Amino acid sequence: MNQSKQGITNWLLLLGVIVLSVTPLIFIKGAEFGGADGQAEQVIGEIKPGYQPWVKPFFEPPSGEIESLLFSSQAALGAGIIGYAIGLYKGRSQQQRNKE
Amino acid sequence: MGTLSFYLVVSAAAPAYGMHIMEGYLPPAWAAFWWVVALPFMILGVRSLTRITKANPELKLLLALAGAFTFVLSALKLPSVTGSCSHPTGTGLGAVLFGPLAMSVLGTLVLVFQALLLAHGGLTTLGANAFSMAIAGPFAAYWIYHLIMQLTGKQKIAIFSAAALADLLTYVITSVQLALAFPAPVGGFIASFAKFAGIFAITQVPLAISEGLLTVLVWNWLQSYSPQELEILQLIKRQPQTHESI
Repeated sequence: MNQSKQGITNWLLLLGVIVLSVTPLIFIKGAEFGGADGQAEQVIGEIKPGYQPWVKPFFEPPSGEIESLLFSSQAALGAGIIGYAIGLYKGRSQQQRNKE
Repeated sequence: MGTLSFYLVVSAAAPAYGMHIMEGYLPPAWAAFWWVVALPFMILGVRSLTRITKANPELKLLLALAGAFTFVLSALKLPSVTGSCSHPTGTGLGAVLFGPLAMSVLGTLVLVFQALLLAHGGLTTLGANAFSMAIAGPFAAYWIYHLIMQLTGKQKIAIFSAAALADLLTYVITSVQLALAFPAPVGGFIASFAKFAGIFAITQVPLAISEGLLTVLVWNWLQSYSPQELEILQLIKRQPQTHESI
């Protein structure tokens, strides 16, 4: 088992993601980092001036804070399940190894 | 660091953003069209899921993990080289594990959650968004994975490419959908597609790479700790240790 090599690989994978995410923040000065679909709305406005959305979202988060709460809940819920599953699998595989 | 967090806080207060097609931004005819295209996949997906869970109930946890992975990744709005933010999709992992049809259901569930609670995407545009993120992306991931496995047999490269390209294709499809609905007065569909792809697809390139890396990370965990499940899914071929490293 080259567990330690695997561990290093995993940290490198994470590092890669962090570098990819932080680089734009450092190198692109003065960008707003808004959402890509906000820009799409502008383009639709250019192509078809006067286009109005024909339905309103059924519920809009009342503020940026509430929206970030909902987004972080989504991430937390998902991360919790992933952590639970991987932890369970890990415990199970160690038990099996101890039996052998 | 202070300015950075200030930036993030300020941009977080901007209304409605992300990457799915926004509620009400597809004309009714197109919205209906994509619903009709997406529905059969969802029905087949539900059947595929029931078949998987009936045959191998022990895979339910892994199924939950695949769904949770999509849940986490589509909640992470990452900054990109274009100076705007978008999020990955996380559908590649589940597509490779359980097949693309299973992902059509899981991905749609994520989209419903975001449409209802976050005003992110929408119900009228759900058909279109489900087609790009939960159908086209997973199918691409599935095919790319099997293609690269057949050509090279290098599993990690196959996983990485499947996840990254599925992510990218999702947003190419989004651009196609918007361009079809809003062809430019001059230059028509092509001109519009260039504009939308310039926003969505280019923004997505570094995120797609990130998604590929994260998918390989989870894959490594699964390979170390739950080889039985992967064996049931016939994803582990008894191969010599030399293929283990990237």
